[in-house]
Amino acid sequence: MTDLQKDIFDANIDEDTQKGKYLTFFIESGIYAIEIKFVTEIIGIQPITIVPEVPSYVKGIINLRGKIIPVMDVRLRFKKEPLEYNDRTCIIVVDVNDVSLGLIVDSVSEVLEIPDEEIVLPPDMNKSTESRYVKAIGKVENGVNLILSCEKLLGEEVFEESVQ
Amino acid sequence: MSRDNTMDSMLEMFIYETTELVTQLENIALDSNEESSALESEMNEVFRIVHTIKGAAAMMDFNSISSLAHSLEDAFFYIRENQPENVDYSSLTDVTLRTIDYIKEQIAMIQVDPDSARNNEGNDEEAEDILGEIKVFVSSLKGETQSADTQDTAKQEIILDDGVANADNNKDFEINLDKEHTGENEYKALLMFEDGCEMENLRSFKVLKNLEDMADIVSTNPSNIPGDSATTEKIKQDGFEIILRTDLGFEDVRNHLSSTLFLKELYVEPVQKEEEPQAISEDKQEKKEDDKGAKKPTPAKKAVAPAAQLNVKQSIISVNLEKLDKLMDLVGELVISQEMVVQNSELDGLVLNDFQKASRQLRKVTTEIQDAVMSIRMVPISATFHKMQRIVRDMGKKLGKDVKLELVGETTEVDKNVVEHLTDPLMHIIRNSMDHGIESTEDRIALGKPAIGTVTLEARDEGGDVRIIIRDDGRGLDRDKLLQKAISQGLVRENDDTLADKDIYSLIFKPGFSTKQQVTEFSGRGVGMDVVNSNMEKIGGKVLVDSTPGEGTVITLKIPLTLAIIDGMKVQVGDSIFVIPITSIKESFRVDTSSIILDDCNSSEMIMIRGECLPILRLHDYYNLQSATKNLKKGIVIIVENESNVMCLFADKVIGEQQVVVKPLPKYIKDVKGISGCTVMGDGSVCLISDVTDMFKF
Repeated sequence: MTDLQKDIFDANIDEDTQKGKYLTFFIESGIYAIEIKFVTEIIGIQPITIVPEVPSYVKGIINLRGKIIPVMDVRLRFKKEPLEYNDRTCIIVVDVNDVSLGLIVDSVSEVLEIPDEEIVLPPDMNKSTESRYVKAIGKVENGVNLILSCEKLLGEEVFEESVQ
Repeated sequence: MSRDNTMDSMLEMFIYETTELVTQLENIALDSNEESSALESEMNEVFRIVHTIKGAAAMMDFNSISSLAHSLEDAFFYIRENQPENVDYSSLTDVTLRTIDYIKEQIAMIQVDPDSARNNEGNDEEAEDILGEIKVFVSSLKGETQSADTQDTAKQEIILDDGVANADNNKDFEINLDKEHTGENEYKALLMFEDGCEMENLRSFKVLKNLEDMADIVSTNPSNIPGDSATTEKIKQDGFEIILRTDLGFEDVRNHLSSTLFLKELYVEPVQKEEEPQAISEDKQEKKEDDKGAKKPTPAKKAVAPAAQLNVKQSIISVNLEKLDKLMDLVGELVISQEMVVQNSELDGLVLNDFQKASRQLRKVTTEIQDAVMSIRMVPISATFHKMQRIVRDMGKKLGKDVKLELVGETTEVDKNVVEHLTDPLMHIIRNSMDHGIESTEDRIALGKPAIGTVTLEARDEGGDVRIIIRDDGRGLDRDKLLQKAISQGLVRENDDTLADKDIYSLIFKPGFSTKQQVTEFSGRGVGMDVVNSNMEKIGGKVLVDSTPGEGTVITLKIPLTLAIIDGMKVQVGDSIFVIPITSIKESFRVDTSSIILDDCNSSEMIMIRGECLPILRLHDYYNLQSATKNLKKGIVIIVENESNVMCLFADKVIGEQQVVVKPLPKYIKDVKGISGCTVMGDGSVCLISDVTDMFKF
C-alpha cells in the first residue's frame, strides 16, 4: 500500500509542475498557447512526405526517430496564407489522447505560467476559423494569449468538415 | 492498487498457462483419437496437465474449473491405477474434449470479467452435465473391471494428490470404514512421512483410498482423515497408523505401502489375536532397514520425469508481442541510424580505409540482428494445424464420415501475424472439403476408394513464400455445375469459351456462391470460401484451386513469410517516392506512342500490349501530385496485377528495388486510397507504400 501512496504522491507532483504552464508560439502576428502537458517535444522543420487525399493543412508525415507522425500546418488550419518554412519554423510534437501530431508554427516563444484567475472564457460572438479552436484567453503582463484546445485542433468533426 | 496489479498479473498468468495446458491436453486427446492409445501412453503428461489446471484454478478460486478438472483426474486416475482392459478411449476422448471446451469457455469468460465468472459457476448446468458424464464413464469402467482389480494391485502406483483441498471436494473424501472385514490376514501399518512434505492428512487419505480396493480398513489413527490442521500435526508427529484386513500376503502389503511418495519410515506388522510384543519389535527393526533400501528407487524414479519436463519448459519463455514489435522497431531504427553514419555526407571525398572496414563489420552485425529479431517472431504452424484435427474429428462425427487428417511439414515457420490469419481460412477449406468433397463411406466403397477419406494439410517453404496445401481425395469440383451456377448468378457470360478450368474453380471463392441447395450446419451459405479469399488478401497471399473429378481437390494458399518486410520497387512520381510491392509487378517498360489508345469520351487511356488492351492509371493524377512527367513517352509504365485484374501504372521513373519494413500510417491520417502503409528509407526519409489492390477500384 505504501507503493500506492507513493504513486499518487508522485502523480500529484507531476501534475502540479505542469499545471498552469503554457507553451506560447507565433502564427503571423498572433500569440497562441497550448497547455504544456500535451507537448512532447519541439523540433526544427524536417523533410515532410506528402500524403495524398488529406486536407491541405495536413502537410504529410515525418519520421520522428522511427516513429511516423503526421504534421499539421497550424497556419493553414487557421485559413491563413501559407508561409515558406525557414530556420524559425518549428514543429511542436503534441500527444493528445495517445495520438501524436506535429504542429507546424512560425516560431516558438516561451513557456509561461498563467494562473487560473487570469484565464477567461472567450467571447461567444466571434465566429472566425481560429476562434473555434480557442478554449480560453489568458491575460499576461504585455497582452493576451489565445489558449488553444489541442483536442479541437485534432478534432475529428472539424477534420471531416474541412474535407468536405 | 499494488494488490490489484499482482492479482491481475496472476490472473493473466493463469489464463495464459491454462490456455497452453488445455491446448496440450487437446493435442494429446486428439492424437489418441487416431491411435486409440495416446491418452494411455501419455498418461503421465495428461496427469500433470489436468493436475496443474486443477491446482491453478483452485488457487484462483475458479471452483467450477477445478472441480471439473478434479473429476477428470479421477477418471484418469482410475484407469492408470487399475489398468482396466476394455477402456472405451473414444468416449474418454469425448469426455476430455468436452471438459476442454468447457474450460476454454470459462477462460474466455474470465478474460472478460473474472468476478462474474466466479459467481456464475455455482449454477452452471454445463459443468454439472460434464461431471455427470465423467461419472457415468468411470462407473462403466468400474463395472467392467472390478473383478480384475485385485490381481493388478501389486502393480499399482500411488499418486499423491498435493493439490489444494476444496471444500466441495470433501464429499469425495468419505471412506467407508464400516465395511465387512472379510480378509484373512490383519496387519497394522505405521507410516511416517518425510519432514516438510506438507499436507500429511491428504497423503494419508490417498493411502487409504489406494488401499480401499485391495484391503478393508479396520481402523486408523488418527481416525478423522482427511481432517484438519490438527490431524496433520498429529500425523507429522506420530505417523499414520492403519489397521487393515486383506487376502494379500505380508510382502504385497508392504510393497504396496512403500510406494507411497515422501515416505520416511514404514512399519508393517501382522496383528495377532494374542500379541507377542518381543517379536513385533524385532520385526520393526528389520523392516525399518529393509524399507530404507527398498523404497528409495520409487520416489527417485518419480522425481526424474517431472524434472526433465521442467528443463524443457524453462528453455522457452513467453514474451509480450508488444515488446517484440518494439524490438523490431528499434532494430529498424538501428539500421537507419547506421546508414546515416556510414553514408554521412561529411565523409564524402575522404579516404577512410579503416572506417570502411569497420562499417562493413557493423553492417554485417546489424543484418544478423535483424534476421534474429525476425526469426523470434516466427512460430511453427503446427498449433494451427492441430486445431484442424479437432474440426475434422468433430465434423466427421456429425456428418457420419470417416475422415483422417494427415499433417505434413507442420514445423514450417511463419510470422506470428500471418498465423493468426490462417486459422479461419484453413477451417473453412477443411469444412468445405469434408462436407462437399469427401463422399459418404458407402459411396466411397462403391467407387472403389478407401473407406476412410483423407484430407492432407501440408506446409512448405518455397523461396520467400510459404505454401499451405489442402488436399482431399473426395469427388472433386463439378466444373459444369459451377459454371451453371455462375451463369445463373450473372458472374460469367453464357458461352464464354475463354474461361480456363482454373478460373471456374476459383469461382468458389466468390461471396454468396454456393452450389449447395440446402443450407446445412456446415456450409451452403457461400460465406466460408469468401472468408478465405478476403483473409488471404489481407496478408498478401494468393489462393489457387485445382481439381480432378473423382480424385479430389487441391487448394493451395501462397502466403508471404512475414508481413513486416516486403520487397518493393521504388518509383518516383513528382517529388514523391512510392513503393510498389514487387509481388504485384509483372513488368515495366517505356511505351511506344503507337500502342496507346485514347478514349476521348471518358478521357481514359489504354495501351495495347501483345494483343491485350490494358487501362493506364497515371499515378500523379491518382495521387493528385504536381509536377509529374505528363508525357507518356518520357515516363515509365509498370504493369501490375492482383488476383484477377491487370493494369498499367504510369510513373516518372523507377528508382530501384529495396526491402522495406512496413509500418502503418498514423491513426490520425486514417485510410488513404491507394496507400497501404509507409516505410522509412535508409536516409531517414519516409515513403508511402502503394496498395495495388485498392487501385483497381479507381
